[in-house]
Amino acid sequence: MTQPRWGPPWLAMAAVVAAVGVWELAQPGGLARLSRGLISTDLLIRTGLFTIVLVGLNLLMGYAGQASLGQAAFYGMGAFASAILTVRGRVLGIPQDLLAAWWWPWLVMGLAALAVGGFALVVGLAILRLRGHYLAMATLGLGIIVYIVLRENLGMPHLNLTGGFDGIVGVPRLRVGGAELWPVQVYYFVVWAVALTVVALGLGVVHSPVGRALRALHGSELATESVGVDVGRLKAKIFALSAALASVAGSLYAHFQAAVVPDTFGFVPSLELVVMSAVGGMSSIWGAPFGALTVLLLEQLLRTHVLGLLPAVSGELEPVVFGALLVVIMMFWPAGLVSSRKVQASPGSS
Amino acid sequence: MRSAAEPATTELAARTRRKPQEPFRAPPAARRVLPRIVRPAALAVVGAGLWLLGRRLGYGAPEYLQLLVDGTVTGSVYGLVAVGFVVVYRVTGVINFAQGAFVMLGPMLTITFLGGIGVTGGVPLAAAAATAVVVTAGIAMAVHRFTLHPARQASALTRIIITVGVYISLQGLALRAWGPRPYVMPAFSTLQMEDRLLQVGGVVVQAQSLWVWAVGVVTVLGLILFFERTVAGKAMRACAVNRTAARLMGIRVDRMATLAFGLAGILGAVAGIVLAPSTRPTYDMGLELGLKGFVAAIAGGLTNLPGAVGGGLVLGILESLWAGVTVAGFKDLFAFVMLILLLLARPQGWLEAGHQ
Repeated sequence: MTQPRWGPPWLAMAAVVAAVGVWELAQPGGLARLSRGLISTDLLIRTGLFTIVLVGLNLLMGYAGQASLGQAAFYGMGAFASAILTVRGRVLGIPQDLLAAWWWPWLVMGLAALAVGGFALVVGLAILRLRGHYLAMATLGLGIIVYIVLRENLGMPHLNLTGGFDGIVGVPRLRVGGAELWPVQVYYFVVWAVALTVVALGLGVVHSPVGRALRALHGSELATESVGVDVGRLKAKIFALSAALASVAGSLYAHFQAAVVPDTFGFVPSLELVVMSAVGGMSSIWGAPFGALTVLLLEQLLRTHVLGLLPAVSGELEPVVFGALLVVIMMFWPAGLVSSRKVQASPGSS
Repeated sequence: MRSAAEPATTELAARTRRKPQEPFRAPPAARRVLPRIVRPAALAVVGAGLWLLGRRLGYGAPEYLQLLVDGTVTGSVYGLVAVGFVVVYRVTGVINFAQGAFVMLGPMLTITFLGGIGVTGGVPLAAAAATAVVVTAGIAMAVHRFTLHPARQASALTRIIITVGVYISLQGLALRAWGPRPYVMPAFSTLQMEDRLLQVGGVVVQAQSLWVWAVGVVTVLGLILFFERTVAGKAMRACAVNRTAARLMGIRVDRMATLAFGLAGILGAVAGIVLAPSTRPTYDMGLELGLKGFVAAIAGGLTNLPGAVGGGLVLGILESLWAGVTVAGFKDLFAFVMLILLLLARPQGWLEAGHQ
């Protein structure tokens, strides 16, 4: 089998992303006007953030075949690590000079990703021994535990580190030297630079020997093991990578939104990530940006266009449509709307 | 017991590999001993932890007894929900996350059929509850027929995600129909909001708790009779043991799967209805109850009916003790910590009989 070349499509995508960014920079709000409020820089930034999470999730679910129903927890851990260490740093006794330094948030982002990845590696080595459903269940439990711990101030209400239900406000913007990476049109480039790097990283993993081992793992765990792949360790590594990527996205989110609340990282958001992954196609790195953009656009469309036309119906129908969409996509396109290969159906079940 | 997810190829591979005397994927010595010591050890650690936390609050025997009795009430509800998971899993091999929605639909539909708390009497309440159970069962069967049945060839993960989507939709519809506010369900004994309190020794028991226990026992007995004595029940058990063989014997496996969803709907709705007077049902109550019922089912090994009931009781009691001695916000933590520990220590379930 010849290796599919992923370089040219990636460059094309980078070019499109850059062109859109430059246009927005030159004419702020131009996109929103052209699309009648459907597409905004804000939406594209969130697409970039979810792309980062989804590349990791797709590697885990689509390639390694291991479900995660708690991925938002890692996203939240990154976001809260950044928010706590930049806003509440003084409570923790971090020197003021350090907190004021422009590179501190970047350092926190990197350290958080390492810590979250390490945490996932340890957890993963333990729980990824489990097969099939059980892993999904364990990640579900993990996601809810992390959410509750964030909501309950890490069990230390006197420090008020996470701010409980209300979360943390006033997360500073990212800076390079003295230059603030803001307004939003500038931040777009930051997020998408990371997102494109992550997509390249994902494609690199997929087209490496590791990627082949992963695909083999999805096909048959037993067969993969029998050709000498340490299946447990491989799964744990991919789990750790996906967690670290989610953490980076979380940090970028915290600096973008300037406020973080635990509800953004609960059980339902974890499910939304799975929906995006399923819509784009789990077994495809390209599915990550596509799935994120499709779902976000659809949500936006529902919110601003369709539901706005029906006065009696408020935003309440959003979850109904969302759930129904998930069901329909999984029923008719289980491999996602963009898929590079067919997901194998398991026979003999009813 | 071999779980349904384990393909037969493992056995084949185990027979064809080079050293046949060892089980495939031989666990290290430490892991083989672990399950045997882990159960009493874990219980001891949990017990000691709860006792230490309780001592801080000056708890004595009466307080613990009260928490324990309260725990058996929620535990019975968890058990019923868990049985719903098990019934569906055994026949279809799917973990049905929509189970929580059935739990929510039971009380919400009952209250709707009652037309608010104004008109109550024993007969209307019973009629409304019965109708709600039947309607929920119908919805559950429709869910299987129109979502999971067409996708029966898809992978287990795909089908699980489908049930998640069904849950989100049903909860969304509930929000649309009933709004976000909590509702009130009359207590079964007094037919009012206020329930009678019974004093037994030093323990206070709501009259509703007796209803929960009684309904729990009757439902489980009914289920056992169904599986042991009726043709449909036996056919369903056959599907659980071996789908292909059952099909060859002329059993309509897909119908049995729909029936299993109907049963799960009944169990979920009943659980929600008996619980509702002592909580205030809302459109999103299914998430928590569904997840906890699922933890109970896992504790029982996911394929074992008595195990699921036992798992529910154990979870309910431990959670009640934990909630009694810790900060309020951490109450829900227990079930999920237990879920992960259970999965790690003994994925095949703790309450299952030792036959492997």
